[in-house]
Amino acid sequence: MSPELLSTPVVETAKAPDRAHSRARAARRRKVFINVVRALLLVGCLGLWEALSRAKVIDPFNFSMPSQIWDQIYTWVTHGTALGSLGEQIWYTLYEALLGWVLGVATGVVLGIALGRITLLADVLGPYIKVLNSIPRIVLAPIFVIWFGLGPASKVASAVVLVFFPVFFNAFQGAREVDRNLVSNARILGASDRRVTLQVVIPSATSWIFTSLHVSFGFALIGAIVGEYIGATKGIGLLVAQSQGTFNAAGVYAAMVILAVVALLAEGLLTFAERRIFRWKPAASEH
Amino acid sequence: MSADTSPAIELRGASKAFRTPSGGLHTAVRDLDLTVARGEFVAVVGPTGCGKSTTLTLVSGLEEPTEGDVLVAGEPVRGVGDKVGFVFQQDATFPWRTVLSNVMSGPRFRGVPKAEAKRRARDWLARVGLEDFEDRYPHQLSGGQRKRVALAATFVNDPEILLMDEPFSALDVQTRALMSDELLELWAGTQASVVFVTHDLEESIALADRVVVMTAGPATVKEVFTIDLPRPRKVEAVRLEPRFIEIYREIWESLGEEVRITRERGAAHVA
Repeated sequence: MSPELLSTPVVETAKAPDRAHSRARAARRRKVFINVVRALLLVGCLGLWEALSRAKVIDPFNFSMPSQIWDQIYTWVTHGTALGSLGEQIWYTLYEALLGWVLGVATGVVLGIALGRITLLADVLGPYIKVLNSIPRIVLAPIFVIWFGLGPASKVASAVVLVFFPVFFNAFQGAREVDRNLVSNARILGASDRRVTLQVVIPSATSWIFTSLHVSFGFALIGAIVGEYIGATKGIGLLVAQSQGTFNAAGVYAAMVILAVVALLAEGLLTFAERRIFRWKPAASEH
Repeated sequence: MSADTSPAIELRGASKAFRTPSGGLHTAVRDLDLTVARGEFVAVVGPTGCGKSTTLTLVSGLEEPTEGDVLVAGEPVRGVGDKVGFVFQQDATFPWRTVLSNVMSGPRFRGVPKAEAKRRARDWLARVGLEDFEDRYPHQLSGGQRKRVALAATFVNDPEILLMDEPFSALDVQTRALMSDELLELWAGTQASVVFVTHDLEESIALADRVVVMTAGPATVKEVFTIDLPRPRKVEAVRLEPRFIEIYREIWESLGEEVRITRERGAAHVA
């Protein structure tokens, strides 16, 4: 008989914790190892950049170096930017991106579900949506600046057009691919069409929609930044444009670093929300 | 004929053809005549893929017949009615709802107030032995437990007609026998008429008052056998009785031929 088959408590208390312990220790050790290697990789890359730049192998004026970027961020944080405090710039960009994201997601989800459920609507509008989607929407940003001026509205508009399409297509697909059994079951149980949409189609499309939310927040940021880059009075995008205009390479990189941090924080929040909403789903790794 | 004396289900020359993606017509059911009396348990057996399930979707109102008539309680079927319950082959529990909420969904869809729906759902959960699992999500249950949720969710609506499409085919053999017994018990407490589709002849004899043998697709009724085994039955015990084996042989003679035809067609497809 193998030791696993012995179920007397004596054997279990004597052996199991010991094994579990060593396994947990091995897992911990592996985690530490991976983190150390990660950190070394980052330090190595940044160090190499710094060294090459200082040794003038690459032109420090064009390529800058990590220490200068850090100095730039530090000055922005402590003394503010040429446009005002750094927090204000971040808030401005974030506000435009968030507003554009919310509007884009809302219209995308509503239209996606509607077209997914109402075949006539999908048949009529389908080709137009395809055409609109094939336009490289980023070129609309200059037009929005003409239409809506230098204020936040033009940036929100470019964020909306970038966010709308991925969300729309995912919501549409999600509504189309609802398990037919679930719909039949709901109808047999007595659900009206409206209830089927609200209580079967939308819940089962949420995992599709959430996939697109991750990607689309990045798009919203892009929309806001590009809008600001083209013409604005405030924001990170303008910071990039100004740094570029004064040949301040470190400034461009610094703005990029700040954006990356903002995007990562937003992504973290979204993942957190997703975990709460999808409690009903079997977790890929629950333990 | 008044509604009270009319049979629970009546199919008269019903046919159903589907349009295939390639544009052709696929006839699933042709010229089907079948009558199910009130409170009767009818099992429908036939070779795999012959169109047995289509019969159920016609009775449920999920699909309309291309030809012929389908009547429930003497009335032609128009859309999904409120008399019908349907237990599907695959899992059809709502994965984002808890067990209790799943069982409540039928009454809630039909406009029963929340408290009343909850009371009735709890009652049925207790009858299927899941009262301690009401806060779980379906993915946290076993296949047999999920099937029990589906049964409770169907019975809670108090259906006059119960349609079951190979409901236990995904379960292991022991669980299946257990579920069959439970189904018979639950059914005995109602006046529902049952149409139970299966490809398992043993299951059909153990459960039903009458067994309908379908032909290889397009399906139509080939023969109907009356099962005179006394009730209440226990599935595991009844299938050892000599009379059961006798009936089994008799029906298999009819069914086996259709299975052979289907198999040969399948082989021709592969070749």
